[in-house]
Amino acid sequence: MELFTDYTLRTVTIGSMLLGAISGLLGCFAVLRRQALLGDAMSHAALPGIALAFLITGQRDTFTLLIGAAIAALAAALWLLAIVRTSRIKDDTALALVLAVFFGFGLVLLSYVQRQPTAAQAGLKSFLFGQAAALVERDLWAMLVISGPALALVALFWPSIKLISFDPDFARSLGLPVRRVEVLLTGVIVAAIVIGLQTVGVVLMSAMLIAPAVAARQWTNRLETMVLLAAGFGALAAFAGAWISALGDRIATGPVIVLTMSGLTAVSLLIAPERGLLWQRWRLTRWRQIGNNH
Amino acid sequence: MHPAVEIEDLTVAYGDKPVLWDVDLRVPRGVLMGIIGPNGAGKTTLLKATLGLVKPAAGSVRILGRPYEQQRRLVAYVPQRSSVDWDFPTTVLDVVLMGRYGHLGWIRRPGRAERAVALAALEQVQMADFAQRQIGQLSGGQQQRVFLARALAQNAEVYFMDEPFQGVDAVTERAIIQILRDLRAAGKTVVVVHHDLQTVPEYFDQVALINVRRIAAGPVREVFTETNLRATYGGRLAILGRNGAADAVTTPTPAPGD
Repeated sequence: MELFTDYTLRTVTIGSMLLGAISGLLGCFAVLRRQALLGDAMSHAALPGIALAFLITGQRDTFTLLIGAAIAALAAALWLLAIVRTSRIKDDTALALVLAVFFGFGLVLLSYVQRQPTAAQAGLKSFLFGQAAALVERDLWAMLVISGPALALVALFWPSIKLISFDPDFARSLGLPVRRVEVLLTGVIVAAIVIGLQTVGVVLMSAMLIAPAVAARQWTNRLETMVLLAAGFGALAAFAGAWISALGDRIATGPVIVLTMSGLTAVSLLIAPERGLLWQRWRLTRWRQIGNNH
Repeated sequence: MHPAVEIEDLTVAYGDKPVLWDVDLRVPRGVLMGIIGPNGAGKTTLLKATLGLVKPAAGSVRILGRPYEQQRRLVAYVPQRSSVDWDFPTTVLDVVLMGRYGHLGWIRRPGRAERAVALAALEQVQMADFAQRQIGQLSGGQQQRVFLARALAQNAEVYFMDEPFQGVDAVTERAIIQILRDLRAAGKTVVVVHHDLQTVPEYFDQVALINVRRIAAGPVREVFTETNLRATYGGRLAILGRNGAADAVTTPTPAPGD
């Protein structure tokens, strides 16, 4: 397979699969804790962080930019929490507000950066929709360095994370450090977002967090299985996306990955046993038939 | 001996609106106490503030003579059934095992001993056959039994339950009240937020009437009077006056001595 022999293609494929697996796995918690929109807001909010990191340091180094992205995403999440706690504004309104402010600010900064005379800013715009083709080996290491600790923490605190995702009030009554685990989970989702920025970009990133979790939930009733399945779906979609875009002539990889993932999700929503729409419809008509025959 | 629960001057406010105002409440050991009051009276908030889930503006709470933080392992909690997402991907046994997490700490996984406790608790609520069932497949009454089993697995001294009879079938209601009586017989204390006035005299030894303030609290025979109920519910009591509350007043039985 060319995907694994050609250096560029291999890097793109492996990088995309890593992203798909990690964001799929960590996205489960965003979905189960009903914070899918928070993931969306945080990924959009990463844009000004990238532009600012570039303006301040003057470097296009991946790590520097991603740190900027992480800080901006966290700042957005904290601001959001502060709005909800201190005002009468509901959380969906606050989300829309924060997303628009950060993303708008990011676009303004980006257009300013574009007009800089230096050539260093080239490619900064690719963070909007991602540019998987530009992934180099160093980026893969960056992904591993960021995701390794995140995954290790999730594994270590798994029982608490599970309980807190299901019933935070009960967890608090037991004396578990609910607030700290929630901060950890938010941080971990930020890590997943930051990893995905280069490949699928700030606009489409939330799809990579949410879609694998939604698809995986259709096929299993166990959290452990769901998390692993979501990682598998994410990686599979990324692999297929990278492959499809390599077949075509210069089709952007990120959007193709997102479309593939959406396709997988749509199929899961339709045909998964028990929870699939077609199954439910079929069962309903069967019950009706039994009812009519009596 | 310290009472099971001792609440003093408890005031809780959401924003600038007081939900509970200067509430004092003593729950003696080994009783079944019902917390009664109209919707929005602060019953759930009283429970949550007692368990440290809501930060009070003022006041103190003691469980068996000490602050709650030091007595967590002696306390079990059954939240309202509707407070969680029952479509969460997990099994009945997993939910009951969560009752052991307070003893395990936040990293250790439940082992064989914990499983045995959880299965015994499921047995107690007659749900042992459902251990491996996905929680989304349960009926309302079965969900409530699972929550009760989780609290039983906590193996506590004081049990707080928020509306355990809400939306359950008659069979489950009888099963639950039997379990609460068994707990009392074992010397445990059970505090239940309850909304059905009719069953108060039958179910509880003690009752607390709450409407933002504490209207009255004590043995059902003494406290569950029409005057007190009117003070708690205002004009909304009319329908219940004849058979529910009035019965409790007109039956002259000596109150159990302390």
